[in-house]
Amino acid sequence: MSSEEIDDGRRRMLIAATTAMGGVGAAYVATPFILSMHPSARAEAAGAPVEVDVSKLEVGQLMTVEWRGQPVWILRRDEEMLENARSLEPLLRDPNSDELSQQPAYAKNEHRSINPEYMVMIGICTHLGCAPTFRPEVAPIDLGPEWKGGFFCPCHGSSYDLSGRVYAGVPAPTNLVVPPYHFTLSTRLVIGVDPEAV
Amino acid sequence: MSNRLSDRILSLRDWVDARFPLTKLWEDNLTKYYAPKNFNFWYYFGSLALLVLVIQVVTGIFLTMNYKPTAETAFASVEYIMRDVNWGWLIRYLHSTGASFFFIVVYLHMFRALLYGSYRGPRELLWLIGMGLFVVLMAEAFMGYLLPWGQMSFWGAQVIISLFGAIPYIGEDLALWIRGDYVVADATLNRFFAFHVIAAPLVLIGLVVLHIVALRSVGSNNPDGIEIKKNKGPDGVPLDGIPFHPYHTVKDLVAMAVFLIIFAAVVFYAPEMGGYALEKDNFTPADPLKTPEHIAPVWYFTPFYAILRAVPDKFIGVLAMGAAIAVLFLLPWLDRSPVKSIRQRGMVFKTALTIFVVSFISLAYLGTVAATPAATLFSRIFSILYFAFFLLMPIYSRWDKTKPVPERVTSK
Repeated sequence: MSSEEIDDGRRRMLIAATTAMGGVGAAYVATPFILSMHPSARAEAAGAPVEVDVSKLEVGQLMTVEWRGQPVWILRRDEEMLENARSLEPLLRDPNSDELSQQPAYAKNEHRSINPEYMVMIGICTHLGCAPTFRPEVAPIDLGPEWKGGFFCPCHGSSYDLSGRVYAGVPAPTNLVVPPYHFTLSTRLVIGVDPEAV
Repeated sequence: MSNRLSDRILSLRDWVDARFPLTKLWEDNLTKYYAPKNFNFWYYFGSLALLVLVIQVVTGIFLTMNYKPTAETAFASVEYIMRDVNWGWLIRYLHSTGASFFFIVVYLHMFRALLYGSYRGPRELLWLIGMGLFVVLMAEAFMGYLLPWGQMSFWGAQVIISLFGAIPYIGEDLALWIRGDYVVADATLNRFFAFHVIAAPLVLIGLVVLHIVALRSVGSNNPDGIEIKKNKGPDGVPLDGIPFHPYHTVKDLVAMAVFLIIFAAVVFYAPEMGGYALEKDNFTPADPLKTPEHIAPVWYFTPFYAILRAVPDKFIGVLAMGAAIAVLFLLPWLDRSPVKSIRQRGMVFKTALTIFVVSFISLAYLGTVAATPAATLFSRIFSILYFAFFLLMPIYSRWDKTKPVPERVTSK
């Protein structure tokens, strides 16, 4: 081939191959930068289990502990509160906790807990991440006569019952998340570890 | 003597010109860039936006000297700037007030484009670059608002980052990646600081350069919506154009003086703007375990926030909010009117624009109040009107009765 002729096809192929290789290289270089923004090893380690003593918790009292930087609520309920929650079922979006990602299998029951008396859940609204307020009173003026105790999110008006089950027709799509937990004694529990794993 | 000195300066200029296009840049952009002579009040806001950008960059640099971007120290270091750093209160109030004024100026600048059809051909790319600037500016303001690490900073960021969680399948992982932790935490604050002081400003300044390059190429639109380049004199200068410098620069300097009087009045007498620019809850340090009673974003995000809240479904709400901004990008192709400027448009467009402005301001208000059933109902009505303005534009802009476009600019 004389040096005067330009092989356009060959030139295009070489340009395409070089661009593709350069693109692969750029993707490799970008990877460590993108991965560096994931939670660091220390942030993941801070997700260590938390041990809580609930022996001093009164009926109707809510305690908040921090796990993975998130508020975890432990609520002690009596039979009346559970009965109230049961009567709300027609108003709820997912009364049977069919959305499996919202709780471990051992908390997929009527009362969404291992022991009906102690409700454990992450206190972060499933809508946009606010912390709902605990409103245990029955029929307060601002929440109406239907209210039988539960949680109300001040940000966008989502409401949940005392088992963290979301009402239908509010912005939040799902029930509050139940974290993995288990009891070591009847009044001592560990948040962050499933019962089977013990 | 003086003659010799000016000769020396001229020869220095020639020396530079032989090595760098100094005179060419000066002439192309200022003394031989011809802008329409009929600019009115609405044409101040481009150069004012540039002024606010300079204020933000300068005050930002000085704030960085005393601000400490960690969850433990951020709130205290802002209080330190306010109380102990010499003139720190002034620098911080200039920066926080500057953020609000940036949006006032940019919203008015964008409204000018709506009035006179400045987004229409051949200025589509100018408009798209400008919309890019608007989006980066929103990101810049949002990330900056986290830095004081008050209650509103924290929960505002928590809510906005959670918006990404609404995206199906990848949402939760994406939100985790943005936060760098399971909740908004030290890692989030640190990276937002990096984006706020380096990444976003770099992109912002780059886009401003592109915006001006595009403007210098197509030339400014004007209140009559006619192309002044179509009527050139024998010297090739548009008959309706005047050199940008000294004519428009001097005019803009007057506008800047008036702007700075208003700006200073707010900085000195109402830097919190009644809780709209600096919200009450942000004077309490961030508490990851307790949400404030009432969460509202800073005023310049409230129209979009109201649209988000108007939709009862989480994902569709996020989608609607994104669409409210995305639809602005399409404006050059939605407008099918044969004329550009409101001066030649008929009652249909004028009515539509009025409804849009009322909707936008109403949504801005509704985004600041609690989500009562009445507020939600009104948010829904105004959200529909907001989208109707854009989505029905291809129809009503063609229907509209228009007046003939004048040959030359009018002195009205």
